[in-house]
Amino acid sequence: MSGHDRGSPYAPHTPAETEAMLDALDVDSEADLFDIPDAVAFDGDFGIEARDERSIRREVRRRLDRNDDLVEFLGRDHYDHYVPSLVDHLADRQEFLTSYTQYQPEIAQGFLQALFEYQSMLVELTGLGVANCSVYDAATALGEAATLAARVRDADGQRVLVPEHMRAEKRSVLENYTAGVDLSVETYPMADGAVDTEALAEAVDEETLLVYAESPTVRGVIEEHLGDIGALAEDHDALFCLGSDPVALAMLERPADVGADVVVGDAATLGLGTAYGMGIGLFVTREEYLRQVPGRLVGAGEDDSGRRAYTLTLQTREQHIRRERATSNICTNQAWVALRTAMHAAMLGPDGLVELAEDSIRRARDAADRLDDISGVRAPVHDRHQFREFVAHTDQPAGAVVDDLAAAGYAVHRVGEHLIQVCVTETNADELDGLVAAVEEVAQ
Amino acid sequence: MNYSQARWSEDDRYEPLLSEKGNREVAVDEDGLLPDDLTRDTVELPALEEPELARHYTRLSQMNYGVESGPFPLGSCTMKYNPKFTEDLAALPSAAVHPDRDEGTVQGLLGVMHGLQDYLARIGGMDAVTLQPPAGAAGEFAGVLVAKAYHEHNGDQRSEIVIPDSAHGTNFASAAMAGFDVVELPSAEDGRVDLDALESAVSEETAALMLTNPNTLGLFERDIEAIAEIVHDAGGLLYYDGANLNALLGQARPGDMGFDIMHYNVHKTFATPHGGGGPGAGPVGVVSELAPFLPAPRVRKTEGETVERFDPEHTIGKVHGFEGNWLVLLKTYAYIARLGDDGLADASAKAVLNANYLAEQIDYEVPFGPFHHEFVASAGEQDAADVAKRMLDYGVHPPTTKWPEIVDEALMTEPTEVETTRSLDQLAEAFNAVAGEDDETLESAPSETAARRIDQVAAARSPRLSWQALDEE
Repeated sequence: MSGHDRGSPYAPHTPAETEAMLDALDVDSEADLFDIPDAVAFDGDFGIEARDERSIRREVRRRLDRNDDLVEFLGRDHYDHYVPSLVDHLADRQEFLTSYTQYQPEIAQGFLQALFEYQSMLVELTGLGVANCSVYDAATALGEAATLAARVRDADGQRVLVPEHMRAEKRSVLENYTAGVDLSVETYPMADGAVDTEALAEAVDEETLLVYAESPTVRGVIEEHLGDIGALAEDHDALFCLGSDPVALAMLERPADVGADVVVGDAATLGLGTAYGMGIGLFVTREEYLRQVPGRLVGAGEDDSGRRAYTLTLQTREQHIRRERATSNICTNQAWVALRTAMHAAMLGPDGLVELAEDSIRRARDAADRLDDISGVRAPVHDRHQFREFVAHTDQPAGAVVDDLAAAGYAVHRVGEHLIQVCVTETNADELDGLVAAVEEVAQ
Repeated sequence: MNYSQARWSEDDRYEPLLSEKGNREVAVDEDGLLPDDLTRDTVELPALEEPELARHYTRLSQMNYGVESGPFPLGSCTMKYNPKFTEDLAALPSAAVHPDRDEGTVQGLLGVMHGLQDYLARIGGMDAVTLQPPAGAAGEFAGVLVAKAYHEHNGDQRSEIVIPDSAHGTNFASAAMAGFDVVELPSAEDGRVDLDALESAVSEETAALMLTNPNTLGLFERDIEAIAEIVHDAGGLLYYDGANLNALLGQARPGDMGFDIMHYNVHKTFATPHGGGGPGAGPVGVVSELAPFLPAPRVRKTEGETVERFDPEHTIGKVHGFEGNWLVLLKTYAYIARLGDDGLADASAKAVLNANYLAEQIDYEVPFGPFHHEFVASAGEQDAADVAKRMLDYGVHPPTTKWPEIVDEALMTEPTEVETTRSLDQLAEAFNAVAGEDDETLESAPSETAARRIDQVAAARSPRLSWQALDEE
């Protein structure tokens, strides 16, 4: 492309320039610059053939086209909301996309301000005082919440209580994050899809560091007793960590009002859409735990001209300064997704966001009603308010139902021997008639 | 080079916050979909229309410096140019699938993941790779957990991880998160691992040595074979921090040097965008003996040439709720395919050539060498942080400063292979202009950036972390 047909297309040196640079260094070849003992030098090849853009695009497109073209009615912690075009176009500006952590705030005000705005939106949605500018995903955010609890609670106890219904994968991440501080992750039961507060009351004791609950749950159930859960935790000097997401938070009880100490979840329900599980961990907590927060924080300050300006702040919590005593090992985070989340929230505005949340209730309710009308199907299984998704009982084995629906072009979850789960958002709502018809075919 | 960053300002602030342009408080659930006690009353958020938002974010972007703005030699971060075509691939509708899809219905996606596992194994000289960790530090954490599980599986409780003092802070933090005690290894006078110190640091408690090679001074650990022998003789494992792999592509492989575990920073070595702080991805490669401990699931080919997910026999479980930052991994795959063997080797050759050429052109002393893809200069009598602020005025991003501490007033500089002779000369001019300036000039810099010098100490003293906090004043 630029006079050299071998080598990296993104290393722009012409042969003459390379020669001149080598001359300036008084060496004969680039190889002379490497200080690698022969015994460990690599003289083989990787066997990776260089290809041009067009052929790679064709290959990747062809490969991905091998994914079956199913209409997904899938959720369970990863959701597909429509992302407005503005988000792609503006988040892809190179100033945002290709920059890095704002170690030099004077030249990075734009991203810092966008992250400050992201933090502020989460403060509004949760009612808690401090949002960081992201961890990796909902599961790692929960892991960070548990280690934060271990740092701020000086109780002897090491118990982290989690609900019966949560993703096993999320729990596995939590167990790994807590291994270093020897916490034990224990399950408390649910009743009809929601927290069994009586059972939880029995489970919580003075050894409990953290109580975790989700609303909506992984089954889409809206918890009705969050305040009681918060009170139970507080009575035992444990932290209450609530899992949620920005769309649900726009409508459901404010975490601050139910006694939540930490709110975690996937903020990419706004901004990213379906991305094979890629998301962004939202992490919000009370101001009193500010110095124990993991990850980056953007704060407002002033510059020499007296104007308000933004900067990463309280960095002494972080690994590059505090090393093994840091609040977390996180360095690279999901900042660009945070930018997208903020852009999407701004595009919706408060009216649009509340409407999206309300639609998430209507859609789950209406879809459940329609499936419930089908003989051989009962929906929703839980007698609860549902958000976006719900579990349905099928008289037929759920495995067969899911397979038959896939053959008909629809993907739903199997969550039990006779239980399927269905998630409806604006991106698949137009296909609901088709799904209902397909379920009628296969569930009888 | 003259430079003047866009500066949008209004009164005593720059671009106003979204909230200052127009928040609106709206009532929630007026239709009574839920009982009152299950809903909040109102939500107050910015209420702006698309044209206003487009202008807001465009202005913010203009007050931000990216790789395409100019040279970005931020040491240890490998700020390469990010090829555009990989963005188009990540935007394909067929790439947007749900992680709970049955494996039989996402063969294309799993095929790309399998292909990337294979590429990375070859490049690192490793036997097995997991793509799950969502960043370099997450890779470290996964790798250290693998080491822990391996030792425990062998009935061996080991409590310590040895880390050189010049290592990235994440190494220490990741080891601690996994429950290990950190044994810090002082560097030898030449900036490399001190073999005697290593001998006395390792013991039957040593689970692993975490090593960056070339290290953060850009120096290759020439004694790597002896290092590996010392660690292995003590029963420990050797962990490779892939932050500096851009120095070695096609020249040396961690697997051939005796490393048992490594992570790759794909946002560094393989040019996926840094995104203002992330997302990246931190795949982990291991030798075959450790493969049974990798996170679940991995993917493999079946005899029928389909790709399946599987859980390694003694898996540590999960380090990400799903399977990592898939869209970043897809870009990684495309970048590696674009470069191939020659391109990858050339990327490292040119990265090393550029670092050496730049170091040769600047007036600041570079105390340690021979270095590879990055060097650490010393600002000497000047304050490295002030040097960085002043360099901003010359239209370049400055180096990483004041680290590693082994160099006084460190300027850790990594130009990467993407700079031309001309842009390296521009960088050198910036370094040298600043080297000749007095403290007063440096301390009053920058003046050409959107914001002037920001008082970070004051910002930390009274933290204001949201527009709500500003409103309270």
